[in-house]
Amino acid sequence: MLERAHILVCGGTGCTSGNSKKIYDEFTKLLKENNLDKEVKLIMTGCFGLCARGPIVVVYPDGAFYQHVKVEDVQEIVLEHILKGRIVERLLSKEREADGSVKPFNETPFYKSQHRLVLRNCGVINPENIDEYLAYDGYLAYQKVVTEMTPQEVIDVIKASGLRGRGGGGFPTGMKWQFAHNSVADQKYVVCNADEGDPGAFMDRSLLEGDPHSVIEAMMIAGYAIGATKGYIYVRAEYPIAVNRLQIAIQQALDYGILGSNAMGLGHEFNIELRLGAGAFVCGEETALLNSAEGKRGEPRQRPPFPAVKGLFGKPTLINNVETYGNITAIILNGAEWFTQLGTEKSKGTKVFALGGKITNTGLVEIPMGMTLRTIIEEIGGGIPNGKKFKAAQTGGPSGGCIPASLIDTPIDYDNLIAIGSMMGSGGLIVMDEDTCMVDIAKFFLEFTVDESCGKCTPCRIGNKRLYEMLDKITQGKGTMEDLDKMEKLCYYIKENSLCGLGQTAPNPVLSTLRYFRDEYVAHVRDKKCPAGVCKALVSYEIIADKCVGCGLCKRGCPVNAITGEIRQPHVIDPDKCIKCGACIAACRKNAIKK
Amino acid sequence: MSKEIIGTPQQWEQLEKELEVLKNEPGPVMKAMQAAQAIYGYLPIEVQSKIASTFGVSLEEVYGIATFYAQFNLKPKGKYTIGICLGTACYVKGSGLVIDKFKERLGIEAGETTADQKFTLDATRCIGCCGLAPVLTVNDEVYGNLTTDDVDKILAKYND
Repeated sequence: MLERAHILVCGGTGCTSGNSKKIYDEFTKLLKENNLDKEVKLIMTGCFGLCARGPIVVVYPDGAFYQHVKVEDVQEIVLEHILKGRIVERLLSKEREADGSVKPFNETPFYKSQHRLVLRNCGVINPENIDEYLAYDGYLAYQKVVTEMTPQEVIDVIKASGLRGRGGGGFPTGMKWQFAHNSVADQKYVVCNADEGDPGAFMDRSLLEGDPHSVIEAMMIAGYAIGATKGYIYVRAEYPIAVNRLQIAIQQALDYGILGSNAMGLGHEFNIELRLGAGAFVCGEETALLNSAEGKRGEPRQRPPFPAVKGLFGKPTLINNVETYGNITAIILNGAEWFTQLGTEKSKGTKVFALGGKITNTGLVEIPMGMTLRTIIEEIGGGIPNGKKFKAAQTGGPSGGCIPASLIDTPIDYDNLIAIGSMMGSGGLIVMDEDTCMVDIAKFFLEFTVDESCGKCTPCRIGNKRLYEMLDKITQGKGTMEDLDKMEKLCYYIKENSLCGLGQTAPNPVLSTLRYFRDEYVAHVRDKKCPAGVCKALVSYEIIADKCVGCGLCKRGCPVNAITGEIRQPHVIDPDKCIKCGACIAACRKNAIKK
Repeated sequence: MSKEIIGTPQQWEQLEKELEVLKNEPGPVMKAMQAAQAIYGYLPIEVQSKIASTFGVSLEEVYGIATFYAQFNLKPKGKYTIGICLGTACYVKGSGLVIDKFKERLGIEAGETTADQKFTLDATRCIGCCGLAPVLTVNDEVYGNLTTDDVDKILAKYND
């Protein structure tokens, strides 16, 4: 029987953390109690993208997009919407049409400018049910390549599509496939890099959680194209939901005979195994990942030989990122030409970004290449909250750089981002406002890379440590102008001499902030001031006498008794005792304390 | 080779069973260590020894892997592990202040465990729910949109 309504509950990590599993259970219970479980279908989907407003529940056919749903709201949705057909308006978006009616959610600014190609099934199908993937043309692309195309023809299509690696480097995917295809060996491997370690990036996780079969199918196609019978997915252990859904997906594909010694009955063998990471950022680097997948320390290898020649267990290996695989089936089914219509001259297709930081609509967005940062931040992202000013956007994580407000109209693609001193990276996009100190951010990233450097090569192990120390000195107000020049020199030295991508890109956050926010560095060094008021050593707290009403709240809030004053008289802070914790600012109701 | 049993006999038996399964796999050492940590909660030296001898590698190699990856523990953890996300999205929204407050309240640094074995404080990498930033986890429970005011409330919840 066909159901009269579908209830979709987001099961991505963000919404799950907001209790969406309990919401799902409550729906199950209430639908049953009201004898609706036969006529209404309840589905746990992957990420809808608008994480800031989670947990999200969508009810079709009306397309009602309920946000910030709580377990207590489920009863109202079932009794009002499902039983009586009355949409629960208070849970809908506040965005309205001119006539006051609620905007359909795909017409809201967050969704309207997006182009969901890789994420087409996320938030649409149940990722734990292979039948739903099959219903959306699942495994059709694999059938097509095996029955209608030679391996070389498959590679030619990928080449013609202009698809470039979505893990960050942007290497042409078709070339990678060609190299692996050309290597001759008794065994080859297809590897999926799902070690998404950039802080603030969760594109790959969301794809694996929302549409795991599309990655499995793409790996099968790659296996056919290069002549590999075995695939490995190396996934971060920090992603328990993704790991679980991959395990379910692999098992279901095996049960259906889609994976196995005679995949889909078409005469080719393909099997996939999961390997879990154990918390090391460097394992996102492909050769380090291979070592780790072999069960060793995840130290990078010297290249050449490249993995396409000598990779996993010493055999030729094709290694692509999750999102890269996410494009493959669509390219096969729709053709290379269709794909090249999206994007810019040298960057085709779309890119998924994880929007985070000081932005209203935190979440997952997929945009055509070439869209400007302004559209992403102001339209899709809904701008900066609390009336603050946009200061910079950080892309590429610890390998990338900060894009200043003056470059907000740059069209986003691989080459433009490199040209302005950042990089595409895997897709983390962190927005910063005027309260963010750029020196502190550079220090934050350096601390990360120092911690994650594997220690194999000297420029990265020692160079980045020294760089970090100089930044620390500057944030303490002890830096000199010579330090700035020294830092810059050291940055280039590390970039040129490190063994792998981690070291080669580690100084980027420093270089890009020095380039665009040099005045902030100078303020720290020369004026001993932190303009954003972040670096504790350079901040002092002061009570504005005119505004202080002498209520004593700050005095009571101060943990070190640094504030004195008589009741109804202006208070004062003793700078020698003050530990700059900010408790007084939080306590003051008159905005009388400045830093 | 050490024949010494560590933990309960059941734990040891389960370890031996898991190692047996992995014997035919290529590159089994890390998988074995992950399985062992799931059993013991950490990797006692005797367990590392056992893994080394089972797969014919040196103890140095196993120890090298254990110290390379953040998720392997050489010491037992506290009853509750508080993991504060220091990913970029959480950091720009103030998770650094939150971890400082935890350090102050618990009297330990990140990576340490309180003397009563109750709390372990960890600075974690991005756990991927940036929409809720700043975020922390206490074992498997997630807390989002934190401020420093939440620290005492959260600690009080685990005051058993």
